[in-house]
Amino acid sequence: MKVWLKVIAVLLLVYVHTAGLLMDVPRLNILNETVRALYFHVPMWFGMVLLYLMSVYYAIRYLKNPTPEFDVKSVAYAHVGTAFGILGMITGMLWANYTWGSPWHGDPKQNGAAIALLVYLAYFVLRGSLDNEEQRARLSGVYNIFAFAAMIPLIFIIPRLTSSMHPGSGGNPGFNAYDLDSRMRLVFYPAVIAWFLIGLWIVSLRVRIKKLEEKIIERE
Amino acid sequence: MKNIIVRISGLVLLLVTNFGFAQTEVEMADTMRSEGKIYVIVAIVLIVLAGLVVYLFMLDRKVKNLENRLK
Repeated sequence: MKVWLKVIAVLLLVYVHTAGLLMDVPRLNILNETVRALYFHVPMWFGMVLLYLMSVYYAIRYLKNPTPEFDVKSVAYAHVGTAFGILGMITGMLWANYTWGSPWHGDPKQNGAAIALLVYLAYFVLRGSLDNEEQRARLSGVYNIFAFAAMIPLIFIIPRLTSSMHPGSGGNPGFNAYDLDSRMRLVFYPAVIAWFLIGLWIVSLRVRIKKLEEKIIERE
Repeated sequence: MKNIIVRISGLVLLLVTNFGFAQTEVEMADTMRSEGKIYVIVAIVLIVLAGLVVYLFMLDRKVKNLENRLK
């Protein structure tokens, strides 16, 4: 990953964390100042989906052309994506506690996100249970496609079909009405870009460490 | 006639009270901002962020060193 991309990510994060706390936000009942959590909670999920998208991209590339490098990248993206998802879950529970009344509300959005995370945790269980490298890469590549195909309806479609309190689902407006006026977009989108770049950075570190491990094994 | 007066006064009362409700301010952390304390939080968050970023850069350099040694 290029250094200037890392610097841009850091500068955007500094901007997001300053403007996200200081700039004016819509005055809403119940939400009050917690509306600012949008700048910090939602980018985790956007980052997760983008990282999982990269993961399934490399899984498909591996299945088309079995090169170990694609598998290494695929698993690194899935790993960092899951870390983002767990952070999104914890921050969402904290936010829900003060706006919905309890950390776990059994809301379709929460349940769907939890199931999606479990589907991806099973991906790592599957990888850990196979010794043969080619077999592991091939099977987990196929499973990765299933996991992505399950994650999208679980997070984005099912909550929209039922009643959910989460913005953007179950008849609640998401981005256009009360949630995200044009002032908030100025902080929200940079936050998504910045966290995605940070995710890519950690992925690149994981890939490089994996390559080093392989080099050490080769030498021994 | 008395009935009409009661009705009109009721309507006026309703309008007045509704108007009052519409003016209710939504509670925000204005006092904290005016006293300047919000900047303490901003500083704390930025310090945590800076710490993590420095950590990430150091990790990056460590991996680069290892790569150079194994070349």
